[in-house]
Amino acid sequence: MTLARDVRGSLAIAAIGVLFMLIAPSVLELFTIINLTTAIALAVLALSLALIWGYGGILCFGQNAFFGIGAYAYTIAAINFGGSSWAILVAIAVAVAFAIIIGYVMFYGRVSDVYLAVITLTVSLILYSLIRRTSGPDYKIGKSLLGGFNGITSPPLNLPWDSSFILFPEHVFYVAMGALVLAYLFTSWLTRTHFGRVCVSIRENELRAELLGYDVRLYKLAIFAVGAGIAGLAGVLFCNGVGRVTPDVFNLYNAALTIIWVIVGGRGTLIGPILGAFGLFYLTSALGTQSTFNNNLVLGIILVVFVLLVPKGVIPTLADLMTARRNRRALRARERRMRMRRARGGGGQNAGSGAGRAGNDAGAGARAAE
Amino acid sequence: MDLVAAVGLQILYGIANLALISLGLAIIFGMMRVINLAHGEFLMLGGYTVVVAANAGVNIWIAMLVLAPLVVGTIGVVVERLLIRWLYGRMIDTLLATWGLSLLFIGLVTSIFGASTATTISPPLGVISIGEYTSSAYELLLIGITVALGIAVFLALRMTNLGLVARGTMQNAEMASALGVSTSRIYMITFGVGAAITGLAGGLLAPVTGVLPTIGAVYIAKAFITVISGGAAILAGTASASVLLGGVNGVAAFLTGPTIGEVALLVTAIVLLRLMPRGITGGIFRKSL
Repeated sequence: MTLARDVRGSLAIAAIGVLFMLIAPSVLELFTIINLTTAIALAVLALSLALIWGYGGILCFGQNAFFGIGAYAYTIAAINFGGSSWAILVAIAVAVAFAIIIGYVMFYGRVSDVYLAVITLTVSLILYSLIRRTSGPDYKIGKSLLGGFNGITSPPLNLPWDSSFILFPEHVFYVAMGALVLAYLFTSWLTRTHFGRVCVSIRENELRAELLGYDVRLYKLAIFAVGAGIAGLAGVLFCNGVGRVTPDVFNLYNAALTIIWVIVGGRGTLIGPILGAFGLFYLTSALGTQSTFNNNLVLGIILVVFVLLVPKGVIPTLADLMTARRNRRALRARERRMRMRRARGGGGQNAGSGAGRAGNDAGAGARAAE
Repeated sequence: MDLVAAVGLQILYGIANLALISLGLAIIFGMMRVINLAHGEFLMLGGYTVVVAANAGVNIWIAMLVLAPLVVGTIGVVVERLLIRWLYGRMIDTLLATWGLSLLFIGLVTSIFGASTATTISPPLGVISIGEYTSSAYELLLIGITVALGIAVFLALRMTNLGLVARGTMQNAEMASALGVSTSRIYMITFGVGAAITGLAGGLLAPVTGVLPTIGAVYIAKAFITVISGGAAILAGTASASVLLGGVNGVAAFLTGPTIGEVALLVTAIVLLRLMPRGITGGIFRKSL
């Protein structure tokens, strides 16, 4: 029953997404659409971390590493191939392969949670300082210079296997939004499969899952790799939205931002982090237009406040509040009926049979309410 | 021969540099099991303290050796009282909260001093020559200070009453408090001392690297790799990991260039963690400090 409602909820969210995808380009201006494409790419990144942290329990502080690798791999591959179709697949494959290497070391080395967080963050930061140094003609992969601090201009997407037809920004928006909806449906399906539920059980109690015969290391590695693939896809969308890829995708600010989306949106939900990414994207854009409050300052305060006061995140906290309110209301209704019954029961001795009947009615009502 | 001495000195400096930036983090992590993601910003604040004080006319040695640890140590105590103390035992939340703190410090310093380099100060002392090569005397001094700092921490933990009580608290906090130790105060002092040493390191490095609000990110990756590779023992861990990683980095950088040096450092750390997930002192030197 709850499972069916859950599925209906996911489908409804996906339907809203599709509706938005169809309506937005005819309502909004082109500039907004291009901006939105970037926000969508970040939402896909948030979704990937929501999967591996919220469901897999893997505290990856450097999810932006896979995002950046996806963006770089796409750009370099697209320049070398002269088209984007294979480049997208290459980008996802490279991100997954990188995750498997890092993940193998961490999960098969049985690195604990906190170490894992620091290692992933460190990997991201090292990539940042590494790529920054690659300016000059010596550093190139195939035909593509790495460009160091300035990054590389990303070739735009084209129609599948027809590199002469380059997509316009509106089309890229359709692609991005479509990818977000598909990634959302894929992850929400994945969390309902046997595999997904084993991952959740590992998150809840790793030792127990292991004693039940599951190879915890393999499951963690698998969900980590899937998350990295989605993050790689997000990187592809991002460099198409922005038009270039720079080493900044690997920096501490972006690593923190990814974590903050998930914290604010809520761990253990998929839609929460997506909404968190959109919300914070527009918040930071709004902050960028004024100079009183520094971006880092505001993000830092948000992170500290959420960790101390709203550790579950917005969506789960709202859901809890709603459930509590519903329960309270049901309880109050029941009490009211009980009082009514008692009041009628105290009306006089000759009303005894009537009170009995009223009591029966109240009981039936309470059962129906349940 | 001169080349060997010059390169050896460079590698030694690289090792000392790693140990210097990691020691404060190692104390806070090793003693309290708190991973302080704002560590890089503590270094940055130490650097800013020195630059601001030196530009205000304070003697640079006083600014580096006294003011920087004092200011950052005070900030550390305030942070511990306001934030960390609510989160003991919740490692992941501490991690996230200190990360928020790190962003907050970056934002705060950017708002006050601006995003670009503050007026820099040049390293005191001149150069010394080794045959036909020259080396900065300041780098030699940093190596000396790092060694002295390590010895001081060792003596403080081993020989003083406070060090004894602190080690007891870290081993078994409930037992310590049953014996009349105020564990909350010990945590506060430990965090403050870790922060002060970090501030000192940041202050000492400020003339070499310059200061930027975001300079913490430069240090933090290396400091974390060193501490994690070292494992739980504060001094033995930091020293062994610094020697290993700094040595690999130095040799690789000498042979190929700084970019490959950093890659070599990372790869060494990852292989090391695959072999010894609890760090060097989780595998060998277990009983060390």
